[in-house]
Amino acid sequence: MARNWEEFFIEKILLIAAISSIIIIIAIIGFVVGQGYTALGTIGILNFIFGLIWNPEYGLYGIFPLIIGTLSVVAVSLLFAVPLSILGAMFLAEVAPRTMRRILRPTIQTLAGVPSVIYGFFGLIVLVPFMRTHFGGSGFSILTASLILTVMVLPTILSISEDALRSIPVEYKEASLGLGATHWQTIKNVIFPAAIPGVITGVILGMGRAIGETMAVLMVAGNVPLIPTSILSPVRTLTANIALEMGEATGLHYNALFATGIVLLGIIIILLLIVNWVNYRQRVTIGGGYL
Amino acid sequence: MNRMIPPKYAQKIMNVVFWAVGILAIAILVMVIGYLLYVGLPQVNLTFLFSDPIDNGAAGGIWPSIVSTFYITIVALVVAAPLGVLAAVYLAEYSGENTFVKTIRFATETLASVPSIVFGLFGLAFFVVYLQMGFCILAGGLTLALMAIPTILRTSEVAIETVPQSYKEGSMALGSSKWQTVIRVVIPAAIGGITTGIILGMARAIEETAAILYTVGATTTVPISLFDGGDPLPLHLYTLATEGISLPNAYGTAAVLVILILVITFSTNYLVERYTKKMMGR
Repeated sequence: MARNWEEFFIEKILLIAAISSIIIIIAIIGFVVGQGYTALGTIGILNFIFGLIWNPEYGLYGIFPLIIGTLSVVAVSLLFAVPLSILGAMFLAEVAPRTMRRILRPTIQTLAGVPSVIYGFFGLIVLVPFMRTHFGGSGFSILTASLILTVMVLPTILSISEDALRSIPVEYKEASLGLGATHWQTIKNVIFPAAIPGVITGVILGMGRAIGETMAVLMVAGNVPLIPTSILSPVRTLTANIALEMGEATGLHYNALFATGIVLLGIIIILLLIVNWVNYRQRVTIGGGYL
Repeated sequence: MNRMIPPKYAQKIMNVVFWAVGILAIAILVMVIGYLLYVGLPQVNLTFLFSDPIDNGAAGGIWPSIVSTFYITIVALVVAAPLGVLAAVYLAEYSGENTFVKTIRFATETLASVPSIVFGLFGLAFFVVYLQMGFCILAGGLTLALMAIPTILRTSEVAIETVPQSYKEGSMALGSSKWQTVIRVVIPAAIGGITTGIILGMARAIEETAAILYTVGATTTVPISLFDGGDPLPLHLYTLATEGISLPNAYGTAAVLVILILVITFSTNYLVERYTKKMMGR
């Protein structure tokens, strides 16, 4: 009897630990929305999201330039990162010999583990002067930030894509090779298409990481809250905006920064829902469904 | 299919492309780590590591930062490790696949993807202001704990699920209760993966900057109580670098951080290899 009581209590304690994730995420959403929605009310949601000027000193709280900043930096970095990651994943999953794999995997893991301040610092002391010499301007730009961000999201997209490629049944590959296709033809026309849902998951998660990245972008993107005119213009992202201004923000400014946090949370949750939908569809269509 | 390039040529070209990408990845890592160590290591000596900063960091050492990092990581771990591991035990052993479990998983995924600055906002609004902790190690550590929980949970859950069913059945057949089985058989068998998860969570805590920018304060003294402010290494590096206070000291701080991360990455890899060999050996 005593043992049943003990088991019961233990299971409930474990249950509480398990619910902690739910409690925490609700608390985060709750507090961020709580501190931010007053700003949305005062400024007006449309004015906030589509307002073209961010200048708290003059009471202007339009985050549109910041949204463009985030979008541009993320888009350019994905432009570089997605092809590189997919090629790298194919390399690791299909082509690389054992020794190369044993070097490359830890390399990717280490790249993933480098703190964003380190990337930002490296960008600041190496990449920015380099851009300044070769491309003119201050060196702080969308391009600079995108290059750093590419390196930061590459491990994420690559490892998830690699897992996806590896999970394709070997029969697909053997059938293709048996029909006389080359290895590359097999990868390109059989293995990769079957792994596309997994690759999309990787890309979206990488996108989420890029959107949420703060420190590295802050240190090299230039932090000018204006809509950029070219890839070499300095920008400021949503995340960098919060990080830069939180220290001295009071009143409406303070709430407006939390409202920016609401926008960020919203974007991330939408991306995750898309990922879940993609995975759900893949499970419903048997084994990737291409063939 | 590309009719312009004969398949054999395409194969050869792609081989070159593949190898180029692989080598590029290695080159980037070597370049970043190598350069930072090259300019930073000369700055690092025993005086640098163990003395206090002078003039707000323009001169002197980084001892308070090292203590702050150590302190804040311990706080984060003490909170995150039990929660993460116990939650993983529940998910792996005690529950089925129902809507409740799916909600927990979605919540964990979301938590893992929340931008670090939003964690910082929460830490500020909740720990610093609402709970009135002020800017201190405790507030920063708790914020970091929240970030580490999903990592620890996911890795531990995978580790626990990999424990062979036969272990559990054998234990139950000998008459032990579920909890006894868990604590005496399952967890020890999964300890490799669990430790890896905890170390990875610890790494996240050590390198985080945005989340602690506005929760831990930014003092230049060694924190003593949990309610003192601190200046962990990544934050110190950020301040030195962006306020142009001292480039040599920034290099040194960066080098220390890099070495810390390398040590953690290598030990994780080593542990994982040893653990996999042990499990395969059975």
